[in-house]
Amino acid sequence: MCEQAPVQHLPVLTHLLGSNDRAAAHNRAHLDRHGVLAINLMSSPGAGKTSLLEATIQRLRAHYRIFVVEGDLATENDARRIRAQGVPAIQITTGNACHLDASMLHRALHEIPLAEVDLLFIENVGNLVCPASFDLGQHRNVVLLSVPEGDDKPEKYPVMFRAAELVLLTKTDLLEHIPEFDVQRAQRSLQMIACEAPVIELASRRGIGMDAWCNWLLEQKIGDRSCPQSLPAIG
Amino acid sequence: MHELSVCQAVIAQVEQIARQHDARVASITVRIGSLSGVESALLQRAYPLAVAGTALSRARLVIDVAPVRVRCRSCFAETIVEPNRLLCGVCGEWRTDLVSGDELLLASVELERNQHV
Repeated sequence: MCEQAPVQHLPVLTHLLGSNDRAAAHNRAHLDRHGVLAINLMSSPGAGKTSLLEATIQRLRAHYRIFVVEGDLATENDARRIRAQGVPAIQITTGNACHLDASMLHRALHEIPLAEVDLLFIENVGNLVCPASFDLGQHRNVVLLSVPEGDDKPEKYPVMFRAAELVLLTKTDLLEHIPEFDVQRAQRSLQMIACEAPVIELASRRGIGMDAWCNWLLEQKIGDRSCPQSLPAIG
Repeated sequence: MHELSVCQAVIAQVEQIARQHDARVASITVRIGSLSGVESALLQRAYPLAVAGTALSRARLVIDVAPVRVRCRSCFAETIVEPNRLLCGVCGEWRTDLVSGDELLLASVELERNQHV
């Protein structure tokens, strides 16, 4: 007869993604030290993240030193589009991974001359599910919802939209062609999931909403609450 | 499908605990809220693939699903709600704070002491 091994019940209560969170905190401290404002852009594929970045770069590149980290399953296409705007970009190809994580950003940060950067955009993998669970060390999460996707997306993807600190309603120039999309219904859908993020309506290719978006960006603070810094004002 | 990444994080944590206690892992319990971004059914399916060949290969996974609970900023009532309808269950106010439902925790581990001969 085998002797029954004694079983010990051990309470643990640690966060399952604790190692990612620690790496994210390290990234954030690194960015803070260099006074770099880091913005994580998330959305479904095709919501207009890269077009938004192109339009943003055109407005801000004369005043701020911008760097872009592009996350994608494959291809360097998005990074090429950014470089064509005269701004440096690093492409992280994730292979089959559906999201960026803090260690991937950490490796990318080592290739970025942070002392020469004011504003870092991280374009996450196009996906409304997985990226929401992984803190990267960014200062703000911005989630895009494009008009062709439908106005009920926040209720369908509550984790993603609850992570948003700003919601950009993109491709609003298509509203006249897509009457099913109701801006007020989109706002109500955000309220259903208790999301208090401000909403900016935007059509980046037409320049609509770009002032509001750029003003929001320049109001954001870098660093911890006790000693936040802002981006320098446009002189 | 980031449930595999979550499994790998669990394995790393639990293997360390097993080594510290010089023990085999009989079971692990994770506590997951519906607003954590992790689907318990997908986690349950990814788990056997992820633990194959690790110290957890014979450990059972128990998933304890945490309900979504909000506190109303208007009437202060606490109610259990659906993950995509976080309105106060008493007065219907939408400005609520999440009390629980986004947990993603390794709750506990059951260990069997290694029998050294």
